[in-house]
Amino acid sequence: MSAAKKKTSKKKNAGKSDAGNRDSAEAAVASEGFENEEMVCCESDIHAVMGVYDTPADAMHAAESVRDGGYRRWDVHTPFPVHGMDAAMGLKNSKVGWFSFVGGASGYTIGMLMIFWMNAVDYNIVVGGKPMFSPFYAFPVSYECTILLSAFGTLIGMAFLNRLPKLHNPLLKNRTFCQGATHDKFIVVIETSDPRYSQDETRELLEKTGCKHIEYVED
Amino acid sequence: MASGTKSPVEIIAPPRELEREPLVANNRSIGWISDQVCKVIEDKTPAWWWPTFIISAALASVMLGCIAYLITTGVGVWGLNQPVAWAWDITNFVFWIGIGHAGTLISAILFLLRQKWRTSINRAAEAMTIFAVMCAGIFPVIHTGRVWYAVWWLPPIPNMYDIWPQFRSPLLWDVFAVSTYFTVSLLFWYTGLVPDLATLRDRAKSKMRKFFYGLFALGWTGSNRHWSNYEKAYMILAGLSTPLVLSVHSIVSFDFAVSQLPGWHTTIFPPYFVAGAIFSGFGMVLTLMIPLRTLCSLEDLITVRHIELMCKVITATGTMVGYAYAMEFFIAWYGGNPYELYAFQNRAFGPYWWAYWSMIACNVISPQLFWFKKIRTNVIYVFIISIFVNIGMWFERFVIIVTSLHRDYLPSNWGYFSPTWVDIWTFVGSFGMFMTLFLLFLRYLPVIAISEVKGVTPQADPHHPLGGAKVGEHH
Repeated sequence: MSAAKKKTSKKKNAGKSDAGNRDSAEAAVASEGFENEEMVCCESDIHAVMGVYDTPADAMHAAESVRDGGYRRWDVHTPFPVHGMDAAMGLKNSKVGWFSFVGGASGYTIGMLMIFWMNAVDYNIVVGGKPMFSPFYAFPVSYECTILLSAFGTLIGMAFLNRLPKLHNPLLKNRTFCQGATHDKFIVVIETSDPRYSQDETRELLEKTGCKHIEYVED
Repeated sequence: MASGTKSPVEIIAPPRELEREPLVANNRSIGWISDQVCKVIEDKTPAWWWPTFIISAALASVMLGCIAYLITTGVGVWGLNQPVAWAWDITNFVFWIGIGHAGTLISAILFLLRQKWRTSINRAAEAMTIFAVMCAGIFPVIHTGRVWYAVWWLPPIPNMYDIWPQFRSPLLWDVFAVSTYFTVSLLFWYTGLVPDLATLRDRAKSKMRKFFYGLFALGWTGSNRHWSNYEKAYMILAGLSTPLVLSVHSIVSFDFAVSQLPGWHTTIFPPYFVAGAIFSGFGMVLTLMIPLRTLCSLEDLITVRHIELMCKVITATGTMVGYAYAMEFFIAWYGGNPYELYAFQNRAFGPYWWAYWSMIACNVISPQLFWFKKIRTNVIYVFIISIFVNIGMWFERFVIIVTSLHRDYLPSNWGYFSPTWVDIWTFVGSFGMFMTLFLLFLRYLPVIAISEVKGVTPQADPHHPLGGAKVGEHH
């Protein structure tokens, strides 16, 4: 308790120093709570609170409670997609499919129009007395164009919906996060910018879900 | 039971004989999987790597030399002549493209069919696809002779008379099919890599690694909001790759089937080519995976069960290919076209009989050995048979192309194709290029899809006791 307290107050004095941040964040792995006034002054420096879980089931239960708590700016970070987590978080079906559809439809149209224009309008070529244009001979190429643009649409849609590439993320400066989220831990992160966020209640919520390791992530 | 009543669900263990062998052997933890796979990249370069790499790179340089010789001298340096104007070049093209198909089958079709065992092999198989398509792409380009004109033949660009390529030709369809196949395979592979690159980024010790893995990981944090879109995108890409992979080899077969040549002009070609492609690709996957799992100590991830399942796919597709060979013969007789019948009789009993019967022995007979469990669970036997499959499938394309061409309608236009040293070394060198790329992949990218393998372990299932579920829990 005292160590954590000291570190926090030290940081308060030192202001934002990047090198010190990580240490203080680690020290803030407080298993005990903080005193209120101290937290209030540091709140602007804190990006989020995170609760680390060892099993997907625990993280899922935690997600259910956070969802039911009405939070909006929060997430669960897992090394692999956990089945049922979308429902536990209350997420809607992904919209990526629309991007694929638009890509595919434009691919097919572009393919057909391209072939029609090249072989039947701009420079007519007679081959074996066959028609200048027929959707049948134009189909294989248009089909490939459909798939090509649809795949690009899917990937661009996914990147756009996820706001990737993301060049800066405070979470990735946190050692516990980096060692866990892409390895073998299941981490619930609630951002301080969430309207429902409150120092004590949010922490209590995570503690109630059986979280043994709660940590604050510096901004 | 009234709806909404929370009744404790008792989890009863299934009887032992019904239990499936786990996909990750020895009940390894989730963390172990990333440690073990990343070890291949993070550890010191193993002793076997450098010699194999140097040999492969040397062979690749031989290929480059042969290509330079070909381009500066002309296609006459190959054994091509009238009437055999397509021989090893197009054989190699179809051979390499076919190899690629297993990668897409494993990554896309088995994904849609929810075959969870694919997770241990899909990454390496997809890499194999991409490198194989790269090798394949070389041959049709260089066989044109004046490759510097290729820019007017391949993409739709008007030539100096303002003429566009004509889209009635299956050769142009092939250009679109193969380039789409390469691009989509690359996108699919990269999508799968993103979460694993993030794992590597977070483990990286050196600044260089942190920067490059971080750059290509796009800032991935394993967020479930991201996973939700990611999984959807992955499924759609799998759904797109499935018709794509079927179309690519169908269109490759159109290069032959749309022509009027006896021996080529058959309707069975598209499905027969696709089955053959998957057959040859699985052969190559096994050839690569069996040494790889031992050299990289990945036996717990690529288990004997995985190998056994791949052997079963080989037997199934090998039998389909055998059926196609028989059906071709039957239709040649039943169709009543004397030229067609002659083409097939000439295939089996003409001057290229040795190629035909090597093909039958390797493709039809050797995979039937996998009916025996003793053989398909013995990695040495499987490795040997997988090499036979590779050889057999190269012969298949050689037989289809050369035997159909070498005797034209008039006996004055008959010939016999023999390869020159340039033919041989260009082909051998393409293996060098393939292996060079594969060895580099092995050292710099995760050879197993870490996040996907984690996802199929019982520890990853929130409804499984190992995943933290408690008896009587209700969701």
